[in-house]
Amino acid sequence: MSAKILLSMKNITKTFPGVKALDDVSFDVVEGEIHAICGENGAGKSTLMNVLSGVYPHQSYAGTIHYDGAECRFRNIRDSEKCNIVIIHQELALIPYLSVAENVFLGNEIVESGMIDWDTTHMRAGNLLKRVGLMRKPSDLVRDLSVGEQQLVEIAKALSKKVNLLILDEPTAALNERESENLLNLLLHLKQEGITCVLISHKLKEVEYAADRITILRDGAVIETLDKEKNGIAQDRIIKGMVGRDIVDIFPARNCQIGELFFEIKDWNVFDPQIEDRQTIHNISLHVKKGEVIGLAGLMGAGRTELAMSIFGRSYGKKITGIVYKNGKKIDVSTVPKAINNKIAYVTEDRKGSGLILSDTIQNNITLADLWHLSHHGILDEDVEHIAATDKRKLLGIKCSSVFQKAVNLSGGNQQKVVLGKWIQISPDVLILDEPTRGIDVGAKFEIYSIINRLASEGKSIILISSEMPELIGMSDRIYVVNQGRIVGEFNKGNVSQEDIMRCIMDSTRRSKDDKY
Amino acid sequence: MINIKNLLKGNIRQYGMIIALLFIVTMFQMLTGGILLVPQNVTNLIQQNSYILILSMGMMICIVAGAFDLSVGSIAAFVGSVAAVLSINWQINIGISIIASLVVGILIGIIQGYFIAYVKVPAFIVTLSGMLVFRGLTQVILAGRTLAPFPKSFKLFSTGFMPDYFNGNGIHLTTILVGVVVALLIILLQAFKRRKKSGLGISIPSMYVFILQSVTIFTIINLFTFWLARYKGLPMVLVLLFAMYIFYDFVTTRTVIGRHIYAMGGNEKAARLSGVRTNWVLFLAFVNMGFLSAVAGFIFAGRLDAATPKAGTGFELDAIAACYIGGASSSGGIGTILGVIIGGLVMGVLNNGMSIMGINVDWQLAIKGTVLLIAVVFDVYSKSKSQKG
Repeated sequence: MSAKILLSMKNITKTFPGVKALDDVSFDVVEGEIHAICGENGAGKSTLMNVLSGVYPHQSYAGTIHYDGAECRFRNIRDSEKCNIVIIHQELALIPYLSVAENVFLGNEIVESGMIDWDTTHMRAGNLLKRVGLMRKPSDLVRDLSVGEQQLVEIAKALSKKVNLLILDEPTAALNERESENLLNLLLHLKQEGITCVLISHKLKEVEYAADRITILRDGAVIETLDKEKNGIAQDRIIKGMVGRDIVDIFPARNCQIGELFFEIKDWNVFDPQIEDRQTIHNISLHVKKGEVIGLAGLMGAGRTELAMSIFGRSYGKKITGIVYKNGKKIDVSTVPKAINNKIAYVTEDRKGSGLILSDTIQNNITLADLWHLSHHGILDEDVEHIAATDKRKLLGIKCSSVFQKAVNLSGGNQQKVVLGKWIQISPDVLILDEPTRGIDVGAKFEIYSIINRLASEGKSIILISSEMPELIGMSDRIYVVNQGRIVGEFNKGNVSQEDIMRCIMDSTRRSKDDKY
Repeated sequence: MINIKNLLKGNIRQYGMIIALLFIVTMFQMLTGGILLVPQNVTNLIQQNSYILILSMGMMICIVAGAFDLSVGSIAAFVGSVAAVLSINWQINIGISIIASLVVGILIGIIQGYFIAYVKVPAFIVTLSGMLVFRGLTQVILAGRTLAPFPKSFKLFSTGFMPDYFNGNGIHLTTILVGVVVALLIILLQAFKRRKKSGLGISIPSMYVFILQSVTIFTIINLFTFWLARYKGLPMVLVLLFAMYIFYDFVTTRTVIGRHIYAMGGNEKAARLSGVRTNWVLFLAFVNMGFLSAVAGFIFAGRLDAATPKAGTGFELDAIAACYIGGASSSGGIGTILGVIIGGLVMGVLNNGMSIMGINVDWQLAIKGTVLLIAVVFDVYSKSKSQKG
């Protein structure tokens, strides 16, 4: 390839409080190529693209961006769009109650002396739809379109703006095989028309199919860039690049006896709460012993959180079937209060959104799930409550001036400890921890690991959901691999590597796609 | 040990509101040439604002739960007219009429609460339609006319006074006695709490602070009752208000259901995942609001000594304003009963003071609106500042 370099990002470093999301990343995009970016969850793919498109403005990161020969300092998305760079995010930004044509020209309306020229709008929208291969009328409402069709509308919208560089963030995540294929073919077609494309994906099959070059990101750093013509694109090499880090995090040792079978789920099926015929969990059965930590591995959207929340008082999903056993007895977990009464706790992945009452005090947050036990006939004993809260504060090492401090003012790690404290307060037998260390610094992570170990040594059964594979492998006695709502593999501690898990996920994705078509 | 500085720091908002109230009172005391705080006017002030204060307590609970109720004024009017028809037209026993009208309020609360909490129609829409429906029904029941007068015993709680058992030469001795007893009870209760806390090893304010607090409480209560004793003594409605204040303060701060209301308003998802039955809590908030609307309607009808089709117009807005002036948060989860009472009193003193000064009613509205806006701006400003710091 001898074409000119269209985009060159040099030494990009971007830090968030406590985390280095991008660490000295450099990469080039050649004009007219499809350049894929691969990496695990949290590897920095989306952050990199947000830097490029101006979502994170110039000066909020270090490093330089050169585009089409000139240095760019984007302050917002408008600036990058002026340079004909368009990003299409994972969550589509369409207005459901407007027509396809209105969406395509949203913010870019065709105006004739102050009024919208609807005839031209519809005509041009129709042409664009033909170009992206969408068999719809411009007047159809976006809400009536499938996700795949909506994706095409987004691309049509990008094309309406004279795009040179199109960035797609996980465009096929919600698409089925045929829609994905159409989309990839469209990208290849656009390439012929001279549009350069950056494709973020962790579906290696698609990357293999469409991309000319692949850049692999891991932990915010570029591992290598592979060229299809030169090195060929071998999946094994990509997988190794994506996950092949040494386990640098240290996990405290746990020495405790794993007891007998304690908690069990059988034939668990869940349907999507909005789309009634879409099954999100298929026939999952799993078990946990006393004092055992089991891990649920999987990619984002694999159904792990949905599984956990559907077990915890049917907080997610519809038409839930299956049986939950605790200590050999069938238990009723059909509402959250019943699940809590059965001593099951769920620590949410979204600590600010659904874990804490931010406007309330640490004390009130810690005691919230256990109020009926801290009261007599519904009347609270504020002293007992205070003692309970200060106990948890000491136990978990929550750093605060007093338990009457508001939760909103705490750091991420301390907030996570408050959420944990709330669930330890109900003295649970089974703890489901969903991403318990997301977004907290290394020191706090270590403390959380120690707390998990202490709970396990007290004989509690723990289910750990995490997208960080070293964490899962380091903390779990046993790992279930979840993909597309099914359990597709099970590994024991000691004989599992990140490559094994990744391969297990990739294989099952391929198999299920082969089954379907 | 907790010292005075920490105590002040922790309750700066509450104290801020009390200071604002004192400021407004002092201002009108001067502007009205001392008429505002004449014993007779203080009694007036209490009776005039009693129904708004009652509504505000219920409204505060709805607002903390993350909703609000626009129908309270119409419900109050409707309940007043039902009571009038029962006791005046049909000559039914007063006790039964009152109970029946309160039940009507609760039933309305159940219906509205059901639609809001279980059918999930936004509270704004349900109570807006309730506002229209019950205003209409009031006019239907009264056939557009005013019903009056009520039997005397109907008015006991709205315009009545506590009877005097002693002869005090123009001073209402029972009132003074009640003041002393209530103040002593409060101090005794505080002392018990202290002892229990120190027994459990929880840090408590120093003895010096405690004595200062007790003396302040005793002085304020007794000064207040002495003042009222110089006129006709304790208005019965004040006794009712005090009982309701104690009850709702207790419910919101010391019961499981109260804590659940705050949790739900603060973060509904988190509350639900912590085992709070959020639908049930929201439902109860509106049932309670229906009940309190009925109480307010009954007091208002008694004070007016008539049931009129236009009764209670604008009550909902006064009650909501009292909540926001009193520090409730429009996003839910924040608010105290004491704050709302103070907010209601700010509105009440404004109304009363401006009326004494003879300010035109139209100007009064404009001034009240401005005060509401200033109060909320101050709140937003202080919050954004505290979050930065």
